[in-house]
Amino acid sequence: MSVRPRSVILPICAAALVAGVAWAAFAPLTTPSHDHVFEIPKGTWARRMAGNKVEILPNRIHLTLGLRDILVLRNRDDVPQTFGPMLIMPGQTFRLPFERSAEYNFACTAHASGQMIIVVDPNPDTPWAKVRWRALELLHLRG
Amino acid sequence: MRIAIALLSFVIAAAHAAGTATPTSATTRAPTPAAGAATPHAQTLKAGVFDPPRLAPDFALQGTDGADLKMSRHRGKVVLLAFGYSSCQAVCPTTLATFAEARRRLGAAAAANVQVIYVTVDPDRDDPAHLKSYLANFDSTFLGGTGTPDQLAKVRTAYGITAEKVPAGDSYSYSHSSFTYLIDRAGKIRALMPYGHNPQDYVHDLTILLGE
Repeated sequence: MSVRPRSVILPICAAALVAGVAWAAFAPLTTPSHDHVFEIPKGTWARRMAGNKVEILPNRIHLTLGLRDILVLRNRDDVPQTFGPMLIMPGQTFRLPFERSAEYNFACTAHASGQMIIVVDPNPDTPWAKVRWRALELLHLRG
Repeated sequence: MRIAIALLSFVIAAAHAAGTATPTSATTRAPTPAAGAATPHAQTLKAGVFDPPRLAPDFALQGTDGADLKMSRHRGKVVLLAFGYSSCQAVCPTTLATFAEARRRLGAAAAANVQVIYVTVDPDRDDPAHLKSYLANFDSTFLGGTGTPDQLAKVRTAYGITAEKVPAGDSYSYSHSSFTYLIDRAGKIRALMPYGHNPQDYVHDLTILLGE
């Protein structure tokens, strides 16, 4: 009696997929850091002066309460930089924590819209929300 | 077989992604703890924290108390520094009322070491006398500052403040930065509180800065 490999592997994979989704839905979410870091690299000012367009901050940033809820802006350039709505000195870091889920609007001259929007999503505490959060992380779709 | 391998790859990748956020092209996520980490004490503030803090740029404006308004004159106190204008309908009244309530909750002894400084972006309408009577509606200890348009523009540049005049019929308003700087007793800009925080958040941070 011979067992065809396909008839064995498919059920195993299906079971593994179900187990994976179940785990993604129910296992606690953790992140090694709550920081979402944006950095102005050294030489940014020089590149701008040379006429290059340098975009660092998107005009919409997503954070997640309890997981990644600290916005970190770091200036590694040699001159002060207006980063979003904040003036940040060379070598300086600005860390802004969020404790409430909401949409925050900041005036920002660096964006054509004149605004930088920070969306702080609620902590994903339902199974579906956990799966969705993990999927977005996996696919790098979170801003 | 290919389907099986793809399914297994997804499960393994999902498991890997669960605990560790990975960098994207636009952002650097999950840095090492040492990278850019602020001091543990600074982390306890509700406001956004600057690390390292820089000395608050000094300025000399016309103060509502009749004297020159200088930042350096207030070393030894914790300063809440905000920019706005007395005709502001939305942001400024809320912010100033929040400051007043925070000072009230701190109690007289602690509040004596907290100085609110409010610098106008609208010198045409906010002369010292008008600014003084406006601020007294909230708290008579608040100090206002005004000056020439050029003086005020230089102060705004030094603090990264934006203010844009917006025509409104026969009058005008301003679109201006709405956050507040928290300046410690040593005169350093320690933190920035975005608009919308409640008095308790200010009490929390002021208590920490006053305790240093």
